[in-house]
Amino acid sequence: MINIQSLEFNYPGGGFSLAINQFDVAQGEKLAVIGPSGSGKTTLLNLAAGIIKSERGSIAVADTQIEQLSDAQRRDFRINNIGFVFQDFELIEYLNVMDNIIHPYRITRSLQLTPSIRRQAIQLAEKIGIGDKLHRYANDLSQGEKQRVAICRALLPGPKLVFADEATGNLDPRNKGRILDLLFDNVAEHGTTLLAVTHDHELLPRFDRVVDFLQFRAQEPD
Amino acid sequence: MHALFLAWQYLVFNRFRSLTMVACITVIAVLPLSLEVLLDESERQLLARAQSTPLLLGAKGSALDLVMNTLYFDDEVPELISMLAVDELLATDLAEPVPLYTRFNARGFPIVGTTLDYFEFRALGMAQGRQMALLGEAVLGASVAESLGLKPGDTLLSSPETVFDLAGIYPLNMKIVGVLERSHTPDDLAVFTDVRTTWVIEGMGHGHQDVSQVTDETLIMQRTESGVVASPKLFQYNEITPDNIDSFHFHGDAREYPLTAVIVIPDDTKSSTILRGRYLEEAKLNQIVLPEKVIDGLLQNIFRIKNVLDAVIVLVGSATLLALVLVFALSLRLRQRELQTIFKLGCSRATIAYLLAAEIFIIGLVAGALCASLLYVVDGYSSDLVRTLFIN
Repeated sequence: MINIQSLEFNYPGGGFSLAINQFDVAQGEKLAVIGPSGSGKTTLLNLAAGIIKSERGSIAVADTQIEQLSDAQRRDFRINNIGFVFQDFELIEYLNVMDNIIHPYRITRSLQLTPSIRRQAIQLAEKIGIGDKLHRYANDLSQGEKQRVAICRALLPGPKLVFADEATGNLDPRNKGRILDLLFDNVAEHGTTLLAVTHDHELLPRFDRVVDFLQFRAQEPD
Repeated sequence: MHALFLAWQYLVFNRFRSLTMVACITVIAVLPLSLEVLLDESERQLLARAQSTPLLLGAKGSALDLVMNTLYFDDEVPELISMLAVDELLATDLAEPVPLYTRFNARGFPIVGTTLDYFEFRALGMAQGRQMALLGEAVLGASVAESLGLKPGDTLLSSPETVFDLAGIYPLNMKIVGVLERSHTPDDLAVFTDVRTTWVIEGMGHGHQDVSQVTDETLIMQRTESGVVASPKLFQYNEITPDNIDSFHFHGDAREYPLTAVIVIPDDTKSSTILRGRYLEEAKLNQIVLPEKVIDGLLQNIFRIKNVLDAVIVLVGSATLLALVLVFALSLRLRQRELQTIFKLGCSRATIAYLLAAEIFIIGLVAGALCASLLYVVDGYSSDLVRTLFIN
């Protein structure tokens, strides 16, 4: 699903550089990326999502060479193929839960907001356990509920990949397990590939594979 | 795209900030536009009244005071002239004079002493009752009747000139016999009475007990063969009724009775020119003025002041707009994370700009609608506002 070769990336100013010779993620794989802060985990997600562009090397995601796409094409690719779940949920505070879930449909032309999509959003919210909170605002939700909304938002367009950037970093241990269950259940149901950046080593056994980013070597779970 | 929906949600969620911005923009726009509307209306009203008054005769002095008092019943009373001026005008056979004495007030409204010719000249019809016919009768302008809740059959007491002037002008209770049709001019805000009634208010005419028939000798100071000198204790009437109207009389030479101005209605343009020429003489104590010219001069001054006001408003408006831009820029910094999130979700930078533009558009639209509504209200009340704020 993801194939990266001879990748080189430098942030402007020269403070950070990333070089990856080879990095592969299979379709439907649940991969955890670990490593200390500043080792380039989030940069990898941004490169693979086409949010930032590499200087050298190739990035193929879902059989598409990301570095060859224009800005608009990368955006379209991202919206149609990748769902994002962030550590701080990144919900829009002035929208209610329902509007947050369908937000990607309102900010892009490639996704069409139809009554059918609204019904799907309601069904997904009910499945994830926030069906009774659709009209509440983000600030009125608990941390766990906020992350459920973020997961709904990421999954609704039916992405081929889900990128979770410290998705459980702000949750208590009880919620961590539940959110991860939800995420795993839903990606498993649709055969979605999961690429998760995490600092939480307790969660690693649940992934198919773990990549330590600092040493950049693949680790098999115990 | 759902830019307007998202922008609306954002503005409603941050309603205090949004309303503040709307209020600022509305005030910036409404102030100069309202001023423009009011000045246009004041120009229209002032000029219309002035243009419909051919000439004014008054004492030499401030032409503006003379015009403002005569046309708009302004509180500033010009130097007085006498009825002799009317006689002189009549003697020229060039114009018809309409005397005016507008020195007194009744419950805050000017009392205009004049003759029936005034109503004909101003084309004022009766809405209720009849025209004044007897001494002590008054007809009310439409706004006076509405404001004081008076109708024919009621009475209206003139205000004393000064509370401490015990020997001076006593209030006269006038009988209201009619209410004028609304004319949307200063006449709506005046109490009209016969000029002789205003002289009674002045104290030049009065009514009292018949001194030849009083039995209380303390009321008589001196009896002679030719007359009787009454004591100040003698009861004087403060209301003219059918029972006491015969006792009312005037003292002194009628030609010396005071007026504030005379509206001069010349027979034709030539008569107007001749009259104006005659009153240019140095020896003349009175002057004839062309109200339109005086008001035109006044308007020039008003518009000079307006230009200064406009400049001030532009400066204040620019400063406020800059502050709004700053508020918007700071809010963008606060929203940096939100904007990055929607960018990561697949929103283009152009669409983000479009979303922000939609917010500005809605704020502008609401402010514009509010501004238009306020201007509509100001325009609707401009006639009354101008009379209340500027003319009176």
